[in-house]
Amino acid sequence: MSGTCEPMMTSNQTLFSYVLRLADDHLILSQRLGEWCGEAPTLEEDLALANIALDLIGQARALYAYAGQVEGKGRDEDQLAFMRYERDYQNLLITEQPNGDFAHTIVRQFFISAYMDPFWRRMEGSKDDMLAAIAAKASKEVTYHLRHTSEWVIRLGDGTRESHERMVEALDDLMMFTGELFEMDAVAQEMLQSGVGVDASDLKAEWQHTVQTILQEATLELPKAGHMQTGGRMGRHSEHLGHILSELQYMQRSFPGLTW
Amino acid sequence: MVTIADLGILRSIALDEEGCIVAQVTPTYSGCPATNLIQQMVLEALHEAGFENVRVESVLSPAWTTDWISSEGREKLRQFGIAPPTETSNSKRALFGETLVTCPHCGSGETERVSEFGSTPCKALYRCLACREPFDYFKCH
Repeated sequence: MSGTCEPMMTSNQTLFSYVLRLADDHLILSQRLGEWCGEAPTLEEDLALANIALDLIGQARALYAYAGQVEGKGRDEDQLAFMRYERDYQNLLITEQPNGDFAHTIVRQFFISAYMDPFWRRMEGSKDDMLAAIAAKASKEVTYHLRHTSEWVIRLGDGTRESHERMVEALDDLMMFTGELFEMDAVAQEMLQSGVGVDASDLKAEWQHTVQTILQEATLELPKAGHMQTGGRMGRHSEHLGHILSELQYMQRSFPGLTW
Repeated sequence: MVTIADLGILRSIALDEEGCIVAQVTPTYSGCPATNLIQQMVLEALHEAGFENVRVESVLSPAWTTDWISSEGREKLRQFGIAPPTETSNSKRALFGETLVTCPHCGSGETERVSEFGSTPCKALYRCLACREPFDYFKCH
């Protein structure tokens, strides 16, 4: 072997970690959106947020089930979702940020959808058949999420003085969590080199273009990138995740193995 | 009645080498809550028809698309009061692409979207400007 373009062996552990973090992103964001159920500004929006949450939980389930299969230790989707501690969760920090007011929820979802849209489209070409299949479904779903949140960004940004101000505040608050979206750690690098993963750093230009196009129409501006908060992929979270998990995992912690 | 075959959810029914009947189904949306119920009902239907050795498999790829809804299925949806999806799938880049949705009640093309998301993940909420009736639109996917 000359060794110049030798394919790197993909260890199951790396693949497990890669799939698991994606699952964590979707579960935590879904749980956050679910908090709006019954409390959204209008009935239609209540349905919309719940539907987006449902898409996300569907994606999370497929990913957790696959992660469990890759790990090969007999853990199923429920065990991975309900029986891991905070530091074991590897979700992006932006997904666990509080709903705040409606502007914060919309900006958070808009930022993530504008990222997941190109992410899933590229993942459709993954050498991993299961990830490619999950991506093929998810990329169709996220198109709606991006469209829906884009419409809200424009309506709120170009709306009243108050809605505009709230959007400015939400953009300022959430901007510092966007740097993490494009990070490539050792796990992501290995997955990229083996043709399984996506080059997240390469999505930045497209993300910025999408976000800026919509913000411009909304008479808003993307805040200047300052300090970027990071750590989710290493299990270092904001204080919010513990609270989310205490609610999410309550039943399984109280009655381990409970089924219904 | 609209069947799961009309909707393209039932992908195939075949016998495997061991004589087991294998029904392949595919979810419409990742999070569709009816997925498990549909699988259960397929099993029950096969049992009731007298088949003992049966199995239901879920297939993700190729991803379900509304293009798989048969023309008969579209007509049945319309009769049921649900506007069938427009013929070509949702363009990924058409962020603000407006689709022309025809009212399933009066046939008017003068309709407006009330919400991108309806009573289930696969439907959007519309209103007819001609007959004023609200209706569900089966989203293009």
